Amino acid sequence: MNSPLRKVSIFVALMMAALLVNVTWISVVRTDDLNANPGNRRVRDAEFASDRGAILVGNTPIAITNPAEGTFPFVRTYPSGPTWSSVTGWYSYDYARSELERQYNEELSGTGSVQAVSRIIDLLVGRTRQGANLTTTLNPAAQAAAVEALGDNQGAAIAMNWESGEILALVSAPTYDPNRLATLDLSQARANWDELLNAPDEPLKNRAVREVFPPGSTFKLVTAAAALESGMLPSSELDAPQSLQLPNSSRSMGNSTNCGGTTVTLEQALITSCNTAFGTLGMELGGEQLRATSEAFGFNSPSLIDLPSAPSRFPTELDEAQTALSAIGQFDVASSPLQMLQVTAAIANDGHMMQPYVVRTVTGEDLKVISSTEPREVGAPLTEANAQLMQQMMEAVVSDGTGRPAQINGMTIGGKTGTAQSDPDRPPYAWFVGYAQEPTVAVVAFVQSAGVERDDISGGRVAAPIFTAVLEALR
Amino acid sequence: MSVPTQPAATGEVVVHRKRRNVELLLILMACCFGLGGWVMTHLALYDALPPNLEVVAGLWFGMAILAHLFVRFLTPYADPVILPCVIVLNGLGLAMIARIDQIPDPPRTDASSQLLWTALGIVLFLAVLIIVRDHRRLQQYPYLLFIAGVALLLLPLIPGLGVSLGGARIWIRVLGFSFQPAEVAKILLAVAFAAYFYEKRDVLGLAGKRILGLDFPRARDLGPIAVMWVFALGIMVFQNDLGTALLFFGLFTVMIYIATQRPAWPLLAGVMFLVAGFLAFNFTNHVPRRVNAWLDPFSNFDANLQIISAQFGYAWGGLFGRGWGMGRPGLTPLAKSDFIAGAIGEELGILGLLAVVMLYALISARGLKAALLCPDGFGKLLAGGLAFIFSLQVFIIIGGITRLLPLTGLTTPFMSQGGSSMVANWMIIGLLMVISHRARMPQVATATPQELITPDDSTAVISR
Repeated sequence: MNSPLRKVSIFVALMMAALLVNVTWISVVRTDDLNANPGNRRVRDAEFASDRGAILVGNTPIAITNPAEGTFPFVRTYPSGPTWSSVTGWYSYDYARSELERQYNEELSGTGSVQAVSRIIDLLVGRTRQGANLTTTLNPAAQAAAVEALGDNQGAAIAMNWESGEILALVSAPTYDPNRLATLDLSQARANWDELLNAPDEPLKNRAVREVFPPGSTFKLVTAAAALESGMLPSSELDAPQSLQLPNSSRSMGNSTNCGGTTVTLEQALITSCNTAFGTLGMELGGEQLRATSEAFGFNSPSLIDLPSAPSRFPTELDEAQTALSAIGQFDVASSPLQMLQVTAAIANDGHMMQPYVVRTVTGEDLKVISSTEPREVGAPLTEANAQLMQQMMEAVVSDGTGRPAQINGMTIGGKTGTAQSDPDRPPYAWFVGYAQEPTVAVVAFVQSAGVERDDISGGRVAAPIFTAVLEALR
Repeated sequence: MSVPTQPAATGEVVVHRKRRNVELLLILMACCFGLGGWVMTHLALYDALPPNLEVVAGLWFGMAILAHLFVRFLTPYADPVILPCVIVLNGLGLAMIARIDQIPDPPRTDASSQLLWTALGIVLFLAVLIIVRDHRRLQQYPYLLFIAGVALLLLPLIPGLGVSLGGARIWIRVLGFSFQPAEVAKILLAVAFAAYFYEKRDVLGLAGKRILGLDFPRARDLGPIAVMWVFALGIMVFQNDLGTALLFFGLFTVMIYIATQRPAWPLLAGVMFLVAGFLAFNFTNHVPRRVNAWLDPFSNFDANLQIISAQFGYAWGGLFGRGWGMGRPGLTPLAKSDFIAGAIGEELGILGLLAVVMLYALISARGLKAALLCPDGFGKLLAGGLAFIFSLQVFIIIGGITRLLPLTGLTTPFMSQGGSSMVANWMIIGLLMVISHRARMPQVATATPQELITPDDSTAVISR
C-alpha cells in the first residue's frame, strides 16, 4: 500500500505548495492594488490619523491639517475653502478625495516611494509621520477675480502663464466649501455630501479640467492652424455662402454673424467667426488633417496637467458633413476648458506647447525639496511663423471682430469667442479664449448655462468679461 | 495486483531513535510562540505585561509538559515533531483569539474558554494514548463505529438539542456549550472506513466486473461501504455542512485508493466532484455566489466584504505584518473562527502565514510518514486518511481565505475559535501518535504476519 500512499503524499505536497505560492502571489502582485483601493479602511484610517502635508499658495496655506479631538487626531481644514475648492478638492473619510488631494495623495500623506527613507527615519526616532507640503504656482488675486467674475454661473476659468505652463488660477463654478466634506462629524459629512452631490448646479463637478464640452467657434483656432500648416495664408480666400448645404445630409449650416461677403479671406473668416467659411475650409482640409492638428494640440490623449482630468475628444472617421461641423467645433468635438487654453497658450508661445502644472515643488518636513516641476515643452503643434500669423489674426479678432468685449486699455490681446450648442433644448455654452502679450498670460473663460442668444457675439459678451477680470487682476 | 515481494527475514532489527528529549526541547520552544504573542499584544496595546501572566504561563507550559510526559511513557517511539508543531499552532491561535478579544470595549474573554477547550483537547489526546494502546484494536468494530458516527451526525437534528446557525444545522447545545458532533463523527467514520477497507481490500481490488476500463467490485463487497458512505454524506448535505461533506468525500476516495491501489478510483472521484460542482453551480443559489466572490470579489463590495477585508488585511500587513496588536483584524467579520488565517497574515505578515502553512505541511508529512512506516495495512489506511483530510482541510480553508479557491466554511485546525474542532483535532493527533509509535517501534525487519503470503495459501492472479 506504500505506492498509493506515496502518490497521496505528493498530492498533499502539491496542495501545500499551492498555498505557499498563492500567499506569495498576494504579497508580490496584489499588495499594491489592494492598498490603493479606496475601500481599504485600514489604509484610509491610517491616513486619516496622520499629519497630512499642507497645500500652499505662496506662503499661505489653502489646505492644512489641524489637531483635533475625538476619533481622529487630525482634521483637514481649508482656509477660504470655496475660493480654492477647484484646486485643492476635498479630503474626506467616506468620500475619498479629489483634485490635488487625490493627485498628490501619496506625497501629502507621506506614503510615497520617494518618502520611504524619511519614513524609516521617523520610525527609528519615534517621530509621527508627517506628509510633504505642496507649493503651488497659483496667484491669489487672479483666483479671487475668477471666482468673483464667474459668480453663480456654472462655468470655469483658468489662467496660465503661456511661457512656462504655470497655472495661475483655476476655478470651476459654482464653488463649494471642502471643509463640509472634511469634517470629522461623519454623519454631518454624509448629509453635506448628499446635498452637494444632488445640488442642481452640480458644484462637485470640475468643469475646468474634468468635464468636456463642445468648444464651438473657439475650435476654429485649431481649424485655422490646420489650414496654415497645410500651406494656406491668412489672405487665402474661402467660399462663405449664406447657407452651406451639407453633403449627403438634409441639414445645412448657417451663419450667426455677418461674414462680409460670399468670398472671404481666412483672416476675415476668423474675425467674423464665419461658420460657412470654416465649414468649407474643414471639408477642403479633410477630417484626417483636422484630427492630426487637434491631436498635436493634445486632443484624444490624457491631459498633462497634475490634476485628475478628462481627455478632450476629436472624432475619427468623419464623413464630409461631419467634417464641416467638426471644423466649427460642433458634432462630436468635445474639449475641456483646459484643452482650449492649451491651444491658445501654444499659439501665444510661438507654437511651443508647455506642460500645464499646478504644483511647483513638493517639500518634506525639513523643507527639503522632494520633487519639483520645471517648465517643459511637450509639443510643437504649429511652426513659429504660423503661430505668429495666428497671433495676428487673433489680435485682429479682439481689435476689430467678435472679440471686442475683451479689449483692455494698454494691453495687446488676442482671442476668440465661441458659442456652442450641445443640443437644441439646452442654452448654448459661452466661451472665450485669449492671451495677453504682456503679462504673458493666457486665459480661458467658459460659461455653461449663459442664457444668451445663439450667436457668437453673445458668447463673447458673457465670457469675455470674465477673461478681462482675470487679466486685470494679473496686471 | 502484484504479489508483494516478501523482504528477506534477516533477523536484523530496525531501531528508530525515540528522540523524546528533542521533543521536550521543541515543546518548550513551541510554547514560547503563543505566550510571546500574548505578551507582545499586551505590550503593544497597554504598555504593560498581561495581569495574570504567571498563572497562564504556568498553565500553558504545564499542559504541554504533561502531554509530553504521557507521550514519553505511553508512546515513546512516536514521532517527536508532531506534538511541538501542534503546540505552536494552538498557541498562536489562542494568542490571536486573545488579541481579537481586546478589540471591543470592554474586551471579551473568548480566549479563556478556548484555553479550556484546549485543555479538554489535551485530556482527550491523552485519553486516546491511554485507551488505544494499539490502534489495531480499533479494527474490530467497523459497523459499531459507523453506527456511533452516524448517531453523532444525527444529533443536531433532534429538536431541542440541535441548533441552527448560519443556515447549517450542525450544532448541539448542552449545558450552555455548543458542540459540533460532526467533528468527532468524522474520526469514528474514518476508523470505520479504514477497518472495512482493510478487511476487504483484496476482494475490492480483484473480484468484480470490468466496466469502461474500471474494475468494479462485486456489489456484496462494495455495497455495505457504499451505503454507509452515501448515508453519511447525505446527512451532511442535508444539514448544509458542505465543508465536512467535502472532507468526507476526500477521505473515502483516498482510503479506497490506498486500499485497492487502483488510480481509477481517484479519477472517478474527480469526475464525480466536477459533475457535482457543475450541478451545484447551475442549480443552487449560493454556489455561484461563492464562485463569484472568489473570482471577482470587488464586483459586489458589500456582499463580499469578508473576503475583501481579509485581502486588505494581507496587503496592510505586508511581508512582515503589523505586529501583535497593531493591525486591524477586527475589521474582518469572523476573524476569530473562519478567518483567523487572515488575522495571522495581517499581524504576523505574509512570512508568518507561510510559516503557519509550513507547520501544517510538517504535521501532514509526519502523519503520512507514519503511514508509510506502519507495518500493518489498517494503520496505513487510518494514518494516511487522517493525515490527508487534515491537509485537505487546511488547503480548503486557507486556500479559501487567500482566494486560491472558492471559500468553504471550515475551521482552521488548532487555531480557529470553537471547541469541537479543537477536541477532534487533538484526538486525530492522538491516533497519529499511536500509529507512529507502533510504526517506529523496534521490530524485526520483515513484513508483519498479516502481510505474509506463503506459497501455500496465496491466490494466484492470472491476467485475462
